[in-house]
Amino acid sequence: MNGQYLIKGGRVIDPANKINDTLDIIISGGKIEKVGKNLSIKSGEAIDAKGKIVAPGFVDMHVHLREPGREDEETVRTGSRAAVHGGFTSVLCMPNTEPALDNPAIVKALKDIIAKDAACNVFIAGAITEGRAGKNMTDFTKLKAGGVIALTDDGSPTPEKIMQEALKRSKAAGLLLIEHCETPELSAGGVMNKGFVSTKLGLKGIPSASEYEAVKRNIELAKKASARIHIAHVSCKESVELIRKAKKDGVKVTAETAPHYFALTDERCSSYDTNTKINPPLRTAADVEAIKAGLADGTIDAIATDHAPHTDSEKDVEFDHAPFGKIGLESALSVSVMELVDKKTLSWDELIQKLSSNPAGILGLESGKLSEGSPADIIVIDPDKEYALKQESIESKSKNSPFIGWKLKGKISTVFVGGKILMRDELML
Amino acid sequence: MAEKKTVWTKKDMLGLEYLSKEEIELILYTAGSFKEVTTRQIKKVPALRGKTVVNLFYEPSTRTRTSFELAAKRLSADVVNIEIETSSVRKGETLIDTGRNIEALKIDIIVVRHNCSGAPNILAQNVKARVVNAGDGWHEHPTQALLDMFTLKSRLGHIDGLKVSIIGDIAHSRVARSNIWGLTKLGAKVTVCAPEMLIPDGIEKMGVRITTDINEALDDADAINVLRMQFERDGALAFPSKLEYFKKYGITAERLNKCKKNIVVMHPGPINRGVEMSSEVADGKNSVILEQVTNGIAVRMAVLYLVAYAKGVE
Amino acid sequence: MTLKEKTKILGKDDIDRALSRIAHEIVEKVKDVGGIAVIGIKNRGAYIGRRLASKIENITGSKVPFGALDITLYRDDLTEVSAQPVVHATEIDFDIETKKIILVDDVLYTGRTIRCALDALIDLGRPAQIQLAVLVDRGHRELPIRADYVGKNVPTSLKEVVEVKLAETEGKDEVVLCELG
Repeated sequence: MNGQYLIKGGRVIDPANKINDTLDIIISGGKIEKVGKNLSIKSGEAIDAKGKIVAPGFVDMHVHLREPGREDEETVRTGSRAAVHGGFTSVLCMPNTEPALDNPAIVKALKDIIAKDAACNVFIAGAITEGRAGKNMTDFTKLKAGGVIALTDDGSPTPEKIMQEALKRSKAAGLLLIEHCETPELSAGGVMNKGFVSTKLGLKGIPSASEYEAVKRNIELAKKASARIHIAHVSCKESVELIRKAKKDGVKVTAETAPHYFALTDERCSSYDTNTKINPPLRTAADVEAIKAGLADGTIDAIATDHAPHTDSEKDVEFDHAPFGKIGLESALSVSVMELVDKKTLSWDELIQKLSSNPAGILGLESGKLSEGSPADIIVIDPDKEYALKQESIESKSKNSPFIGWKLKGKISTVFVGGKILMRDELML
Repeated sequence: MAEKKTVWTKKDMLGLEYLSKEEIELILYTAGSFKEVTTRQIKKVPALRGKTVVNLFYEPSTRTRTSFELAAKRLSADVVNIEIETSSVRKGETLIDTGRNIEALKIDIIVVRHNCSGAPNILAQNVKARVVNAGDGWHEHPTQALLDMFTLKSRLGHIDGLKVSIIGDIAHSRVARSNIWGLTKLGAKVTVCAPEMLIPDGIEKMGVRITTDINEALDDADAINVLRMQFERDGALAFPSKLEYFKKYGITAERLNKCKKNIVVMHPGPINRGVEMSSEVADGKNSVILEQVTNGIAVRMAVLYLVAYAKGVE
Repeated sequence: MTLKEKTKILGKDDIDRALSRIAHEIVEKVKDVGGIAVIGIKNRGAYIGRRLASKIENITGSKVPFGALDITLYRDDLTEVSAQPVVHATEIDFDIETKKIILVDDVLYTGRTIRCALDALIDLGRPAQIQLAVLVDRGHRELPIRADYVGKNVPTSLKEVVEVKLAETEGKDEVVLCELG
């Protein structure tokens, strides 16, 4: 199974090792054996990557795989296949499952499912509080021993008192704390961004302040505790400014955004398409510009998808009644290429960095680079390939994407996870 | 009598935001023709004979439903009323399933009233039947705004250039939104007037002037549209007290005396006498409140007729 | 499809003479001239009807009530017609009850328009009598309807179209026979 492969003639972009050159790569025994010019293998399969980009497999630090509890929406099997289809070889799954991932036993059960079903590397984030209820803290040390690599109550914000304590304890446990920044008193009842569009549509708004007030508070708390904090799904310009300043001040803060926050605005809600109902909500053009600027100057470290599958029957309802979230694993690269690379916000090197080495670094993973001896998590990208995103081509169990029907550009062609070929010439194996 | 060249090509009537000036004018013109029908001894024409209209109401509304029902009946359509109980979390059939089931009964037009903004849009995307919005959440109430404009035009002869002030809870009013779209498209100058907490974000981008001062809203206005105040919203108070509101924003004879002599006073009903306006004003010579109710039927007949025979719609 | 003009059927003076003749016939035939009211079918029938009403007034010396009827809502082809007809207002400001109605249209063809007009009229009340006056009868009836007063009988083929132009709408009075080309 972990045979020998030669990826030949591609442009290898490996930001962690500062490589951008036409090189060959030999994969053997699940690892990267050699990266260099004019390589050859005696046996095994050669993959022609001429005209394509060869990059480290992407790392998505924010996905919802829904297992256990909501297998009707997504499972480890379908979600990880969707990841591979989108070029992600590692994902971090969020703990807002049913029940929540708040104790070692449930984490162990999920690990067993992952071992059996996962197509790519699936890492686990544990909950900060029991049942993600924001009341009693979970046992971080035990969760770490059970295998979680980060902590978050994602979907819900953490109350101030608990956050203070969680920062201390996560630091002691050596776990990354990821925070969903939202101020419930400001967001209550809201279904989209608060502004002209919500006024026009007659929908209750969620102000940017709901996010940035929480970002501000959490940066302050992290600073006081001199602990690390990672801000999830940054959506508005004030948050970008706060994080930029915090970084300058030496606060140990990192941040991610998602493709929809730099590709879509709240105007997209105008048809009441419930696939545009996301939390935090799609913001304005000014916010999109700020997010792009934040990506360009390094304020925002990573692009994560916040892949949030929901079934048709959950989404085919009134906008007020639909759940928040959209899927994102299978459109992330194309949307990023079109919005960031083509529009000159990021170079290919920088984009690949935000999708692989940076999130890998934040999570402390070995992957995200093409060093000799590293696990062979490698993807081949056809950068100019144009295609229409079709519902039937989506691997995810749920199809709730506002990008369906869009003409996209930049497609994953081949994917290796741990030296195993899982996708070849755009076909899932 | 100017010949109207516009042809109605829209499957649905979801809101005035989606209509052109010419389409709004066509509705008002057609409503004028139907107004004559409503004055006859036999108030019925066979235009929609053999067609079926369903009034699908997720929110109780005797007034609007009755008006639509009479409009459909005066066009000789068959009418079925369906009222669905709603709560914040609905466990029953989804809106789309309900729509498709109604359609399976071979219904031609669905008139929908819903407490969620955008519900008629979602329904229209999922059924072939024509969908007419009878009010959705805080979004739009197009036929109310059309009957307001029709009444205004009957009284003052034109809409273009008129100064119209909309007074009251703008933030939570679908009547306000539809009136703003319609009036601005027809060239009126619109002012919205409310306590600051009831003026929604970015409303100025809809082309209106904002004021919190009632005197500014009344000064040189040709017409006012006074909205119904609801004090309880989401369990919170929208304004401290009824008396306080009446003092600050209520339309009284004293305030009206300082206005243009022929100022037109409208209200979408039902009126809270002594809250939004005094009884003296509601029943006074400037009030067109009952005319609005009468005109509502002609306007809704026009909308049903146009939508039923929209051209180029499957 | 374009219309090719073939022959002129009636000129300005012919139209005027035809209407004068019809007016005289009406006065002669309808004994109780005081009960006469003229109702024209919109649009052209209304203009012709107005002219006819004033000619009758000139003969009898008494006022003849006139009204215009819009029959759009009574059409039996609303779903078939290519462009949705605009609904105009019916303008009849007198009670048609017990009146002797002279219904006026420009061209009598299949008879369907007249059927609609009869339905529309009867919904407005119960006249004592309804008679039909048309400027041109071109034949090809699809319903058992005939005119009581005809300006001119014009045998036509189904490929032909009778175009009535009036000073009120086209700037000149003329009836021409056209062919669909």
